[in-house]
Formats: sequence, C-alpha cells, structure tokens
Amino acid sequence: MSGINNFAFKLANVNGTGSASANGLLMQAIFRMGIPVSGKNLFPSNIQGLPTWYEVRVNGEGHTARTPDFDLMVAMNAETYGRDIAEVVPGGYVLYDSTWPLDAQLKRADVTLLGVPFARLCTEHFAESRERILMKNIVYVGTLAALLDIDMATVHQMLEEKFERKPRLKDSNRKAIELGYRYAREHLDCELPFGLKAMDATADKILIDGNTATALGCLYAGATVAAWYPITPATSVMDAFKSLCQRFRRDPVTGKNRYAILQAEDELAAIGMVLGAAWAGARTFTSTAGPGVSLMGELLGLGYYAEVPAVVFDVQRTGPSTGMPTRTQQGDLLACAYASHGDTKHVLLFPCDPEECFYFAVKAFDLAERFQTPVFVLSDLDIGMNDWAVKRLKWDDSYQPDRGKVLSAAELDALKKYYRYWPENEDAVAARSLPGVSSKGAYFARGSGHNKYGGYTELPSEYQEVVDRLARKHRRAARAVPAPVIHRTPGARFGIVSLGGCDGAVREALGLLKQRGFLADYLRVRAFPFDERVEGFLSSHDVNFVVEQNRDGQLRTLLLAETSVEKRRLKSVRVYGGFPLSARDVVEGITAKLAAERQAEREAHQEE
Amino acid sequence: MPSIKKPPVAHPSLQPNTLGLSLRDYEGAMSTLCAGCGHDSVTAALVRTFFELNVAPHMVAKLSGIGCSSKTPTYFLTGAHGFNSAHGRMPALASGAAAANRDLTIVGISGDGDSLSIGLGQLCHALRRNVRMLYLIENNGVYGLTKGQFSASSDVGSRSKKGEKNLQRPIDPVLLGLSLGASFIARGFSGDKQQLVALLKAALSHRGFALVDVLSPCVTFNDHEGSTKSYKHTRAHRLTVVETDFVPPAQEVTAQQEPGTTLSVTLHDGSTVRLSRVPEDYDPRDRSKVFSWLEAHQHRGEIPTGLLFLDEAHGDMHQMASTVERRLHDLPFEELCPGSAALEAFQKDYH
Repeated sequence: MSGINNFAFKLANVNGTGSASANGLLMQAIFRMGIPVSGKNLFPSNIQGLPTWYEVRVNGEGHTARTPDFDLMVAMNAETYGRDIAEVVPGGYVLYDSTWPLDAQLKRADVTLLGVPFARLCTEHFAESRERILMKNIVYVGTLAALLDIDMATVHQMLEEKFERKPRLKDSNRKAIELGYRYAREHLDCELPFGLKAMDATADKILIDGNTATALGCLYAGATVAAWYPITPATSVMDAFKSLCQRFRRDPVTGKNRYAILQAEDELAAIGMVLGAAWAGARTFTSTAGPGVSLMGELLGLGYYAEVPAVVFDVQRTGPSTGMPTRTQQGDLLACAYASHGDTKHVLLFPCDPEECFYFAVKAFDLAERFQTPVFVLSDLDIGMNDWAVKRLKWDDSYQPDRGKVLSAAELDALKKYYRYWPENEDAVAARSLPGVSSKGAYFARGSGHNKYGGYTELPSEYQEVVDRLARKHRRAARAVPAPVIHRTPGARFGIVSLGGCDGAVREALGLLKQRGFLADYLRVRAFPFDERVEGFLSSHDVNFVVEQNRDGQLRTLLLAETSVEKRRLKSVRVYGGFPLSARDVVEGITAKLAAERQAEREAHQEE
Repeated sequence: MPSIKKPPVAHPSLQPNTLGLSLRDYEGAMSTLCAGCGHDSVTAALVRTFFELNVAPHMVAKLSGIGCSSKTPTYFLTGAHGFNSAHGRMPALASGAAAANRDLTIVGISGDGDSLSIGLGQLCHALRRNVRMLYLIENNGVYGLTKGQFSASSDVGSRSKKGEKNLQRPIDPVLLGLSLGASFIARGFSGDKQQLVALLKAALSHRGFALVDVLSPCVTFNDHEGSTKSYKHTRAHRLTVVETDFVPPAQEVTAQQEPGTTLSVTLHDGSTVRLSRVPEDYDPRDRSKVFSWLEAHQHRGEIPTGLLFLDEAHGDMHQMASTVERRLHDLPFEELCPGSAALEAFQKDYH
C-alpha cells in the first residue's frame, strides 16, 4: 500500500526540453531528505522531440528496484496522455498542464486530475521562448514540492549549489519553483494519501550512475591508456573517465596528461589499441555495448590466445543487432563468455549496482594482468546510466595493483633463456616480458599456432599443450573472481539464482514471496568462471529459478554448460522487454512457473 | 628461402656499430619466403638501416598483420619484441603500443592486402592520428599466401598469372597518404637497397607516421609478362624523383649544395635529409604540387620513387594528446591513484 515514503511517480516529457535536469533535481531533493529513492530514465534513441519518461520510486524500506505501479503521473506530453493516464494505479493522481482542456475521453473515474496551467504561467512570467519551455519543468518541481511535501529549504540549497556561478539562471529557477509551489497551494487540494517525510537513511550513501563509478574504478586502478568508439549506453564511461583524468591526472608541473584516451575509428580498432597498449605494458581498457562486442570478437580471440591482458566494459543494451539502444537487457552473457571463433573462454564480472561497478573495475584490471587475458565487466544501461543510491565508495590506500608476473631486465638476465609460455605458475600462467626492457625477453606474440616456448607450430601435441593450459587457467580464475553472494532462508524449498542489476528486484521479491508462503534461498552469481559454491547451491535445491533479463535464458545456458547440474533443476524466469526488472516481474514469473508445473503434474496424474 | 643457415659467428671483417653490435645482431630467423622474394631484400635493407642507425634492438617493437609481408618481422631483429597480430589490425595495435611506451621505435610491416583492403580503415586512421612509427607496405599487387588473387593495388590492365585482366582501379598508398594528410611519404623498390636504406633511415627519424610504400615483387605469383608489379616492369618504369641522402645528427652536412635542385630538411632528432636532383617543378613540402606531379607522371605509366613528401611541423599522436613525456605504462602508481581522501572529497558532489 502506498503511503508516507512509499510511492512512485512518473514524469512524462518530450525529450530535448530540459526535463532531465528538473527530474534529477527532484530525485536529489528526496535523497537529501534522507529517504531511499531511485530514478529510472526511460529515454528514446533520439535528440529532440520524442516522448521520454522518468520514474521515481520512494521506499522507506530501501527497495529501490523499478516498480510499474505509479501513484502519480506528471503528464507533460500531450502526445502520450492516453497511455500515461492509463498507467496510473486506481485511486491515483494525474498532474497535467491545464493551459489547454484535457480531452474528455482521457478522463478516468478512478483517478484524480490535478490541473496546473504550466505553459500559461511560464508565458506570463518569462520573456524568452526557450526559457518558457525550460522553466515549465521547473514549475512542476515546485508543484510536486507542494503535493509531496518536498523540503523547500533543501530545494533552494540545491539551486544555490547548482547555479553558484550562474546567478541569472538561479533566479529564474527559483522564480519557477515558487510559481509552481504557490499555484498548488492556492488552487489544489494538496492532501494526497502519500508523500514524503524526512528520514536518516541516506547519510552514508551517494547518488551515482554506474558509468561514472566504473570510470572512477579505472582511475583508481591506475589505467593509463583507454581506447573506445562512441556507443550508447557506454559513452558516459569514457566521458566520465576523461573528466576525472582532467581533474586528477594532470602533471602539476608541466600540466601534461598522465593518460591517453584514443577515440578509435571503430570497435575493431579500439580493442586492437587496448591489446597493443597492454602488450607494451599499460593498464588499459575499452568501454562498449553489444554491437561493439560483436566487432571486437576477432581480436578478443587474439587477446585470449596470445595472452594479452585487456579490460572490456560492456554496458549492455537490448539486442539483437542495433536493437533498442536506450533500453536495458542482459543479452551479451554468451557473446562475451565465448567471444571469438575457435575455443575461447573469457572471464566475466557481473556488478549489480554502481558500487560494485567501482570495485569490480579495479578487480578486473588485477584479474586481467594476473591471468593475462581479456576480462569483461558486464553492467547494463540501467546500472550504467541511471542514478542509484549506493554506499559511499571507500578506497584502501594500501592497495597495490596486481600487475601479474612481468620480468624485469635483471630477472631476464638471470635466466638461461626466456620462453613466453613456460614455465607456468599455480595459476597456469607464465611470466610476461615487455618490449623496451631487454633483448633477452624478446619474443613473438602471435595469434597463429604456437608452442609453449612461443614458437610457431602446426604440431597437434604442441598446439594442444598450450590450449589445454588456457582451459586450465580459466578454471583457476574461478577462485580469484568475486564469490557469489548467498542469502539463506530457513525452511527454503527453492533456490533463486540471478545476476547483475536484477538483484534489487529479486531481493524485494523474496520478501513478497515469503508473504505468500514461498520460501527461497537466493544466490547472486558475480562472475564467470563459476565458483564451486554456485554448483553446490544449484545441486542443493530440486528447483532453482534462474532470473535474468534476456529472451533465451543465457545465464541458465551458461550454468548448464559450465556446471554438472541437471537441466531439470533449473527453471527460467526471463524479462526482456527493455525496462529494468521489477519485483512484480519476478513474483509473477515464479508463481506462473509454479502454477504451470502444478498443472502439468495434475495432468500427469490424471493420465496415470 | 631455401638457402643455408648462416653461422652464428660474425665475420671478422664486419665492423661493429657504436653499440658494439655487428650487422649479424640485427638479423632474425631464416626467411621462409620464396627464393627471390622482394620482401627478403626489404628485410636486408631494414637490417642495414637499424645497424647503421645504432638502434638498440630491444627498443624496437615490430608489429604486423597477416600475409607474406607480415611474416617478415621474424626475419630481422631477433632481439626485438614482435607482435604478429590479425589481418589488417596492425595499425591499431601499433597505436596502442606507441601510446603505452613512447620510447619504443615502432615498426609496422604490412602488405597491400593487409593495408589497402582489410586494413584500409585502420591505415587511414593511424595515419590521421600521426602515430610515430615506420609504416612499411611491402607492395606486390597480389595475394601471395592464398595463391595469386588480385589485390587492391593491382593496376588496371595488369594480368594475373592465369591471364585474367584486372579492371578495378588501384588504391595507391602514396596518393592516399597525401590526401589524408600524411606527414612523411616515400616510395622505394626492393631492388634498390641503397635508396631504400636512405628512405628507411629518414622514416625512422621522422616524428610522426612515416608511410613507406615499397614495390616488392612476388616472384611466384606476380613476376610474369603482363604484370605491372614485376621486377622487369618496375625497373623499366621506375623514376627516381629525388635522390635521398640521410645524414645522422652528429655528422656535418658537407656536400656541395646546388641551388634549385638540392634541398635539406632537418628532422626533429637533429638528423638531416638531403634531397638532390629535385625536379624544378617539384617541392616535397608542397602537398598539392606533389599530388598533381605524381598523378601526371603515374598517368604516363611511370613509377616515381624517393622521399616524395615531408612535413615536419605536424604534431604526432602524443603531442596532440598532450601526454607527459614519460612512458605511460610504468608511471608510478602513486602518480595515478588519487587516494582515499580525494575519493571522499569527490563524493561530496554526489550527495
């Protein structure tokens, strides 16, 4: 039931009209009131003129996964009035621009309409035409402040900070907010059955998107060379890395850069640059999305076979092909796990929120250099581009990067002879040597058949010896990657397995299912190759529901291929329309599966 | 190359260079290319060039793609790291290596298939990026490893070994480089080692992307009558536009300068390229003039060679990226990681 600090509202706008900053302002104000909040930006693949939505969920208990149930709709786009008004829960409210009358057909008996003449107010109070459009958004912030009890002091404080150096903009924003606030107070009944009340649940938190957190991780891990090709939704990883580097990586004396960001001609070149830089010894990465991973396939195999460290951030969007570039999905699991032709297997990390994006970014560089192989970090559009309230990031100043085994000139000189792929250590990895260090370490990196000494070969035994070690190396990495997170529920009969950005919705769903008498243990996979605990968990439940955001159950496929668990134990719950997962999706998915099973059992009995 | 393996001991008559290394120290593994392959002559010129420039082998990084040409990095500088990457992708790997370690001498060896077909995009963009490297195309107008298909540099009317006539217009790396803004463009011939060594020395001293197109005939698939990339055809139609003489930094330029026909260009490392017998209507520093001159002469079937264009003023990749003048790959971690206090402060903006 909705109530104080427990409701959701949705803002329907036209993109390119400045609504994003207004919506960000709203969410940040609620966050600063100490109330757990989340915002999901559902935007079109377009620059100006198409419908765009922003969903805000407020939940005092801390459940901030997406919810599809909206108590209030801020309908600012006449073109989508119909579907927007239809989305409101019975008993809910619609705030609309009453400058123009609302089509009688759109009215709903079970929904209260709240009209504010946003356009007229702006025309009367602002002179410039662009300002009139932009300020409409700010006016509704003021109205919502009145309706939802947003703390006005907090809002004003935020305007002070935001427009510190732009006094004119500050004044018009302040004026617009006052207009909306005053109009609501004077003309509307502001006593809604839900609203805000200050709490103290966000003091140790920050509001950050996953791509910024990823870029911070790259900065802190000491990455110096980055190569990329612009692509939604990964672009802001590199945008953020660049601005962080401009702030933290300038030589204080010369003003020169302690980093290089190469904007490549395509993703083929981006991963090529990463491999070249890594071969020469740099900590290096690229950020991309599904279409980029497809193009990188060729050289990811080279990185795997020649054993070159590389970090690839794949901010997943919906596929196949161009798909829906501004919608989220977990559709690249298999494409990344086995990227490239021939026998290849990669290391994948699955962060569940921006906090893990930060820590996993650092981890990815350590793993890539320790195991001398490409490592993928798979986030998605929801994690990467939406603002999440997460625990403040911490940095351990005693951290030293794990650069893996790299031989110095002195170490090379002490050897009788250096071989690139022999002898191997306990990780099934052999020491690297970098160009520019010593002639003694010179070798040929190659994607063609090679033996353990690094020499060209076409002999079956020599070839197999190397690729068998690569398989062994991949298995060894299972012990080094982030361990799965397991929540046990006493008396649980079922298992739920999920990954990445599904986490919030699944954890919320666990509580809802419990209320219905369905007790389940929960395991969140955080990496591939799978830790042995993953198989242990799956085997200890007769039925495990694998919850993921793709059509084909790619995590389930990967679990079946890479563990010895029986197929019958893994049931699939898949949500893949492109919006972030909600707890309702999970609950409905699992209950539908269970009902179908019971039905099947009944039919089987009847046949007997 | 079916010949006997050379003894590991250097002949006493071989003089060491200033690093105390002999010519033999700049050689590589035995070539496995066909006997008489132009590429082996290019390899020999590279060995001579590095020896005479006193380059420390371990400071060189040799990169290549796929194809006969791309095998050649194995045949010189055993003491240098090599990366035999994927078909057409060498320019990206070279860009990355150059970004990570600016002290390396980057040598990219490619062919006409590797550079002008599958890797054309990467060539263009590495050139635009002005990565400091020697980019050498061993150009024979044919796919050798897959046995004789036309390549993108095959001339119109040139015949394959099986008699088929090429009808598509060729991509000329020199004209391509000129139009894309390359800062150093040369064309050599594997049959003229003296000229090639001078060109390679100048290329390696250039601060930027040095494009060297070398006509390097394929004796097995493209050396017959009717081919425009054969030894015979190249010798008959080659035109040395400018004589190139390379003078290292320490040496004085002594030769008499004839006004009008001789031109000296000082490179960033202090060495000098002396160009002589420059035609009256030719100026290797004037991009549009060079373009029209070459086009007119090539239209007549001539094959102009020499250091054809040079622009020392253009900044290389590191200058454009304003990077510190140190190797990025081993900057101390303390200079890269802002630490916990900075992270704490940074997050104030996120509350």
